[in-house]
Amino acid sequence: MPVRVGVVVFPGSNCDRDTVHALDQAGAEPVVLWHEQASLDGVAAVVLPGGFAFGDYLRAGVIARFSPVMRAVTAFAQDGGLVLGICNGFQVIAEAGLVPGALLRNRSLRFLGRDVHIAAERLDTPFTHALAAAGQPLRMPIAHGEGCYFGDDAALDELETARGVLFRYVDAAGERAADDDRAANPNGSLRAIAGVISPRGNVAGLMPHPERAAEAILGSDDGAGIIRSLVDSAAKAAAGESPIAVGAR
Amino acid sequence: MTLAERPVEPLHRRLGVTDDELVAIRERLGGREPNDLELAMFSVMWSEHCSYKSSKPLLRTLPTAGEGVVAGPGENAGVISIGDGLAVAFKIESHNHPSAVEPYQGAATGVGGILRDIFTMGARPIAVLDALRFGDPADARTRHLVDGVVRGVGGYGNCVGVPTVGGELVFDPSYQGNPLVNVMAIGLMEERRLTLAVAPGPGNLVVLFGSTTGRDGIGGASVLASATFTDDDPSKRPSVQVGDPFAEKLLIEASLELIERGLVEGLQDLGAGGITCATSETADRAGTGILVDLDAIPRREPDMEPFEVMISESQERMCATVRPDRWDAVREVCERWGLPVAVIGTVTADGDIAITSGGVEIARMPASALTSDAIVHERVGTAPTHRRAAPAPGAAEEPVDRLPERGMDPGAVLLGLLGSANLASRRAVFEQYDSTVGADTVAGPGHGAAVLRVKGTTKALVATTDGNQAVGMLDPYLGAALSVAEATRNVSITGARPLGITNCLNYGDPTRPEAFWQLQEGVRGLGDACRALGLPVTGGNVSLFNEAPTGSIAPTPEIGVVGLLEDIATLVGPAFAADGDTILLLGETTQGLAGSAYAALAGVAAEDGPPALDLGREAALQACIREAIARGLVASAQDVSGGGLAVALAECSIWSGLGATVRIGVADSPAVELFGESPSRIVVSASPRHVPALQLLARQHGLPVATIGVVGGDRLVIELAGAGATGAAESRGSRVADALEAAVADLAHAWDHGLPRALGWEGLA
Repeated sequence: MPVRVGVVVFPGSNCDRDTVHALDQAGAEPVVLWHEQASLDGVAAVVLPGGFAFGDYLRAGVIARFSPVMRAVTAFAQDGGLVLGICNGFQVIAEAGLVPGALLRNRSLRFLGRDVHIAAERLDTPFTHALAAAGQPLRMPIAHGEGCYFGDDAALDELETARGVLFRYVDAAGERAADDDRAANPNGSLRAIAGVISPRGNVAGLMPHPERAAEAILGSDDGAGIIRSLVDSAAKAAAGESPIAVGAR
Repeated sequence: MTLAERPVEPLHRRLGVTDDELVAIRERLGGREPNDLELAMFSVMWSEHCSYKSSKPLLRTLPTAGEGVVAGPGENAGVISIGDGLAVAFKIESHNHPSAVEPYQGAATGVGGILRDIFTMGARPIAVLDALRFGDPADARTRHLVDGVVRGVGGYGNCVGVPTVGGELVFDPSYQGNPLVNVMAIGLMEERRLTLAVAPGPGNLVVLFGSTTGRDGIGGASVLASATFTDDDPSKRPSVQVGDPFAEKLLIEASLELIERGLVEGLQDLGAGGITCATSETADRAGTGILVDLDAIPRREPDMEPFEVMISESQERMCATVRPDRWDAVREVCERWGLPVAVIGTVTADGDIAITSGGVEIARMPASALTSDAIVHERVGTAPTHRRAAPAPGAAEEPVDRLPERGMDPGAVLLGLLGSANLASRRAVFEQYDSTVGADTVAGPGHGAAVLRVKGTTKALVATTDGNQAVGMLDPYLGAALSVAEATRNVSITGARPLGITNCLNYGDPTRPEAFWQLQEGVRGLGDACRALGLPVTGGNVSLFNEAPTGSIAPTPEIGVVGLLEDIATLVGPAFAADGDTILLLGETTQGLAGSAYAALAGVAAEDGPPALDLGREAALQACIREAIARGLVASAQDVSGGGLAVALAECSIWSGLGATVRIGVADSPAVELFGESPSRIVVSASPRHVPALQLLARQHGLPVATIGVVGGDRLVIELAGAGATGAAESRGSRVADALEAAVADLAHAWDHGLPRALGWEGLA
């Protein structure tokens, strides 16, 4: 039986259908979770998809975090449940404090939609274990106006010490992007951070869109490994196994 | 002059209604005088924008029948079947004048309006293309407009989650005072969900849902869209609507749910003319009337006058016809999506739009008088005396020395063209758009037509917009026909079959005979081209009065095309594919540099004209390339258009990183061979083993075909040979008469940096 993976829909979510499609392609049974519901319907993992929840009015993610469903997601995460936030979903879980850091406006102060390369820092997580190798460049789109990952030096040091950086922006050859490398790190994220993972290792967020790069026909299927990792991990969680594959860094 | 000193005009004139039109309104009211509310309603509905009163007689001449057409002109969008029970809805519309006044909101609400036309039909919007035209890119006001319009298109489209996958950005001095913002939207639907904008069944409820009604956009159709700009008039600013993409996103989801669950009998979006337009059009189409309870309309501000409520163009509103037993379900859906919803009237059998407030009837008029029976003007068109005729088909071409470039390095010309504001990469603009949301974008903006896969099938939709204003300025008939030819060719070179045409006709003041003649000629060219290519026109929009104190815009027929590729595995792109592939030119180069990008850069001889178009040849060419692609003979296919053959080859190289060595014969002018924009030509690359089959196929279609070179290396080399070569390179010691040679990296650099440089955007990422 396919594992049930929830996809939260806020008013203004607009990647929910894409995420449902990608999960379906990866063999999961996607379950739509409406923002007003207080329960997660027994899903084994939750994805918060991209979009403009509540129009991103005021600040991206800041209103959505107060939705009833976010209380359930927070409790689920505190209980060790798997949560992945993509783009606006990352902004929501950062606002909710489920992962460290903040996402500021892009350095150019403009929305940016283009392909980037990211590389996983670690493979021993529920979100990356199915990737072929750490450090390998994965091509997928970004599409956001507020994706500049920010924290003060101490917080970033702490994040790195705790191995909390999950993805970094890299160039096509896999070299880590400089903060001011507008080609490889277009939003100007500090330390080229594209995605982070919670200290406990069960909540992760990233700005790029793996669900838009999960089929070869779309020009890249590099994102499929991230989706597949999540679905495999969710299946293990549903079977009562530890979802975190302990493996090579 | 202060307001008090202004001579007081009668109300009808202040509302843009002429004295003749007032007489016609009285006739439709049985001889009585309209009251102020009725007059206001007539003024918006009889505006050019809503009534098409000048263009209707011309539009009737366009072909509208075609294979698979499910809904054509007159509906909110054209709908064409693509098989498997699916259909595609598409339409293009202008938002020129609002964008000139307030570029961000003008463009944003342009996107919002065209999206509503799509989901009103029951289709989920899957793509937007924006065709933008501005004046001099170095001018500060142009830069302000470009920045605002681009942010507006992105700000709205990105938020609603519909990818912006293509379009155009053209700079021409004629748009200096009057930019064009034309937006095309495409939707995908199950054919059985087709929903029409009708109000059937007396006794049914008329339900308004979405945003509340405010004072924004009062008289947008009559004040903004249907008058020329006397100046940058701040008094028109309140007429610009304000968009809320978040509300639109909710409106999309709620509307599609209502349709999917079969809860509505008819659905109409509110655009120009607001509630007046939505009620009168749906009633008139159904042969019914509507009794509107003005007091039931949810407002966003107090003390609104009845006429303000009735003609407000507040955005993000929909009007549904609902059976009384389904009202509770409709209300539940709207409330779940957080949308205000109210019953604002009932369908009647009397054919009238009647309005009550406080239990008193305050207006009544036949629905047809506002819409199908609105006034039609037979305008007069007169060709200008300075008109330059295109060469008659088959006329002998007089050999003229058209060599302003003699002694000029053709490589430098090519770099100049690639880096020019109109031909350089549009990346700096389209990167501000989300082009991949929806996870269907196979080919996004930047390299020819957009390609979207259709999930659950092997099919893909291919879409493009094109408009040729430069030739249109010289010959509006030819400009329109060339626009259709180029747009459809761009679809055919992917292997897709064009399904139909939508058009946005941007012209000047129709009361000026020369401007009206341009519109007449444009429609004639559009019709002839569509008939020759066997394509229906399924809808569109007419934008007139595009004039500023600096003059009228160039006639701009913007053509949107959607094509169907049955098997996405056969898709062919424009970039070269592999070293060693043979390069062929399908079709042949003909005379005429006027109206080309080269002419804009280098000038042309005074007696030169634009290139001729042979529509039969064009149809054969497109059929040939589609067949060649379906048979797997083609590795890449690129249309020859702006900048001519040299730019087409350069783009094939830049986009692939593969060089090429090409040798072309010159009949009498290297400029024509390299940079001429004669139509009906395609650069094809193919594996050498497929070349004989391609040549045979071309002959079967009656088309000239020449093997012109080979893909490979990291340089683009174009050798010119023949009687017409200038000898310039020979005198420099080259072994050929002329040669153009450049590193692909240099071509790419010129192409990449041209637009940011032109707009002063170098500092942006």
